[in-house]
Amino acid sequence: MSELTVNHLLGIKYLQPEDIQLIFETADHFKEVINRPIKKVPSLRDITIANIFFENSTRTKLSFELAQKRLSADVISFSAAQSSVKKGETLIDTVNNILAMKVDMVVMRHANPGAAYFLSKNVKASIINAGDGAHEHPTQALLDSFSIRERLGEVGGKKVVIVGDILHSRVALSNIFALQMQGAEVKVCGPKTLIPKHIESLGVSVEPNLRKALEWCDVANMLRVQNERMDVNYFPSTREYAQQYGVDKAILDSLNKEIVIMHPGPINRGVEITSDVADSKQSVILDQVENGVAIRMAVIYLLASKIK
Amino acid sequence: MSQKVLLTSKEVNIILHRLACQLIEKHLDFSNTIIIGLQPRGSFLAKRIVKLLQEEYNIKTIKFGLLDITFFRDDFRRGEKPLEANKTEIDFIVEDKKVIFIDDVLYTGRSIRSALTAIQSFGRPSEIELLVLIDRRFSRHLPIQPDYRGRQVDAINNEKVKVCWTENEGEDTVYLITTNTQTPENV
Repeated sequence: MSELTVNHLLGIKYLQPEDIQLIFETADHFKEVINRPIKKVPSLRDITIANIFFENSTRTKLSFELAQKRLSADVISFSAAQSSVKKGETLIDTVNNILAMKVDMVVMRHANPGAAYFLSKNVKASIINAGDGAHEHPTQALLDSFSIRERLGEVGGKKVVIVGDILHSRVALSNIFALQMQGAEVKVCGPKTLIPKHIESLGVSVEPNLRKALEWCDVANMLRVQNERMDVNYFPSTREYAQQYGVDKAILDSLNKEIVIMHPGPINRGVEITSDVADSKQSVILDQVENGVAIRMAVIYLLASKIK
Repeated sequence: MSQKVLLTSKEVNIILHRLACQLIEKHLDFSNTIIIGLQPRGSFLAKRIVKLLQEEYNIKTIKFGLLDITFFRDDFRRGEKPLEANKTEIDFIVEDKKVIFIDDVLYTGRSIRSALTAIQSFGRPSEIELLVLIDRRFSRHLPIQPDYRGRQVDAINNEKVKVCWTENEGEDTVYLITTNTQTPENV
């Protein structure tokens, strides 16, 4: 297969396993490109991309921008805080105004689940979802799986536990879809208040005990506690959370195997994971960041090749 | 569709030896020279030439790499089929080196133009030469000519040159295939 089955990247659940395979194979080539002395290719020189971020972001926005520039696309970026959205403009109007300036592709982050899907139905441009509320964050899940594949050879058959704030996490949902699609087994682990009800219906099991979860898994993906999305207290204190669900070197060393530690960032050092774990050989956190650029280049390249 | 043999296995073998000797005449011990096979089809020829130079002509150290030009092509989004990338394997810098591009068929010259841009990602070579097995005369879109050629062929647009290698297709043979519809290939 040499073409994606979709025209937009709205979520992992809209993809086929072959799409993920194609994205990974393309990202392999781009990873080689971004390690060259000159890290740029001219493929997308006639494509213009708008990055529209209605929510704060540092690494995703930088990663997308870098990926676009490495592909030689023209890039315009804007944050909602500096825009006419504050003056009451609707989402469709905002985007259509940008598209009137001959933009081919939109990368959007929005606080509302389904915002990217809504946009794809109402505007004429290729849409990439860079995170929509607590719904999906497809490029993060793709780069996570790509990093697992890089470290362990393949994703299929591996056991992955996602630890922490599953309730507010779009990374968790996209990861569950992506990992299952590739044949991995997924568990979630965290305080009961931060595990969504009926998550078993997605085919994942819940393991409330961190040690048991770590003993079971090949990979632990440690999520950040999203304080900014919490309107009530979901656990008594950060200290208690860290004691129950934080990974430190002692617990890793006490396991009878070496597991891979992942984190989508930003890390709260000393909460989800301690500094010595984050900086250890078992951690692939910085590989994830590097792979993020390659994966986003692959997604943008493959979607752009479908723009006629 | 009909096909005729342009070069037999024996003829390919003779040509490969001649091309290897021509390279030695110009580059002697290859101490400042790098051979780059253009992916995908040029890699077979490049590997053969390198093997010949090493085994038959006793040139021990040859720097050799494979260059993929997919992301540098000028027909992105213009064709019916999406472009598929291949692996680039160049783990050295080409700064101030003599580079020899090797490809199987020279047709429009657009692949070579892309390769000339792509190689710049690895430094600034002192000079670049081109070696091809088949030079399709009169079909160039760009002012590009080979420095070393195996055989010059006059083929029109609905004819396609297919180079087969033992490693891949089980035989070393070059065919001229005539199709009924005009499908420019090997660009």
